[in-house]
Amino acid sequence: MTIHLLYAFAGVALCGIGLFGFIRLDHLLRKLMAFNLMGSGVFLVLVGLAQRVGQPDPVPQALVLTGIVVAVAATALAVVLIRRYYHLSGQITLAEPGREPVKKPAADAHREGPTE
Amino acid sequence: MRVLSVVTMTAVCLAFAGLLGLAVWHIAGSPAPVNLPGLLAENLDASGVEHPITAVLLNFRSYDTLLEIGVLVIAGIAGISMAKTTSLEDPDLRTSDSLLYALQRWFVPLMLVLAGYLLWAGSDRPGGAFQAGAVLAASGVMMRLGGIPMDFLRPGVLLRLGLALGFTVFLLVAVASALAGEVFLAYPAGFAKPLILVIETVLTFSIAMVLLALFVSAPVNRAQEPEEGEHE
Repeated sequence: MTIHLLYAFAGVALCGIGLFGFIRLDHLLRKLMAFNLMGSGVFLVLVGLAQRVGQPDPVPQALVLTGIVVAVAATALAVVLIRRYYHLSGQITLAEPGREPVKKPAADAHREGPTE
Repeated sequence: MRVLSVVTMTAVCLAFAGLLGLAVWHIAGSPAPVNLPGLLAENLDASGVEHPITAVLLNFRSYDTLLEIGVLVIAGIAGISMAKTTSLEDPDLRTSDSLLYALQRWFVPLMLVLAGYLLWAGSDRPGGAFQAGAVLAASGVMMRLGGIPMDFLRPGVLLRLGLALGFTVFLLVAVASALAGEVFLAYPAGFAKPLILVIETVLTFSIAMVLLALFVSAPVNRAQEPEEGEHE
């Protein structure tokens, strides 16, 4: 049990927490953050596990380096899609068709004003 | 019912983490089949750069990097296609924060210099196109938040050129080396360093452009305004 293995197991724990959040949370932004948490866990596992021989291995480090930038871009794209979805449907969750949306968006409440 | 589903989900996630942990423990116990760092250190002289990570990124595994730039460009194009083009001088977008404005005058030049340094440092110490691109994009985001108009981010020739530049140059080098009789993406002997430098420079611009375009392309119109597909 070295310090590098500790990083790998922290990554495993992050993956588990992220998976739970990804399934459990309703809000799309929270889902996205949970998914990012899983991604960070994978990066930690890759880098931590590769250092078990005692010296850092540049190959997984290069993979993780590009992976981080790609993950940032993918997250930004997901945020753009979520905002578009919100504009089109007025919802922040993926409600099943036929069911009432979980929450009315705040913008609507502003426009309608208090009910008289 | 609700409690039951939470318990089931927790059990599933714990099982997933446990399995993953077991796999990590198993891999950590077994010796590495190939000594990758050793192999890399032996071949570092042939790569044209002195830093192992840059050598991996742009020489030994440049195929991966090429495809990753492709993914970035596709993400950028998809993000832009989602956006309605609004005026960049939309007063809503400006923050009239005098502190931000004052900071910006100090930070933006510094960050540009830092991005240039990171790009150059990639050859023999930590740094390179991806870090420099991220810093460049961050300074662009700051300029955008401060309300500095950046006309090149409007959909047009400049934006398309900036997005595609890195991928195109990378692909051109790859195809040119293949046509010259070498393997796809193998740099001709003696030209590795200048070619890597050129590719890194255009990659930096393209990465920054993609990230910045994605930041800008988040739709800024208000929910009250009707959009296509919405019934008024």
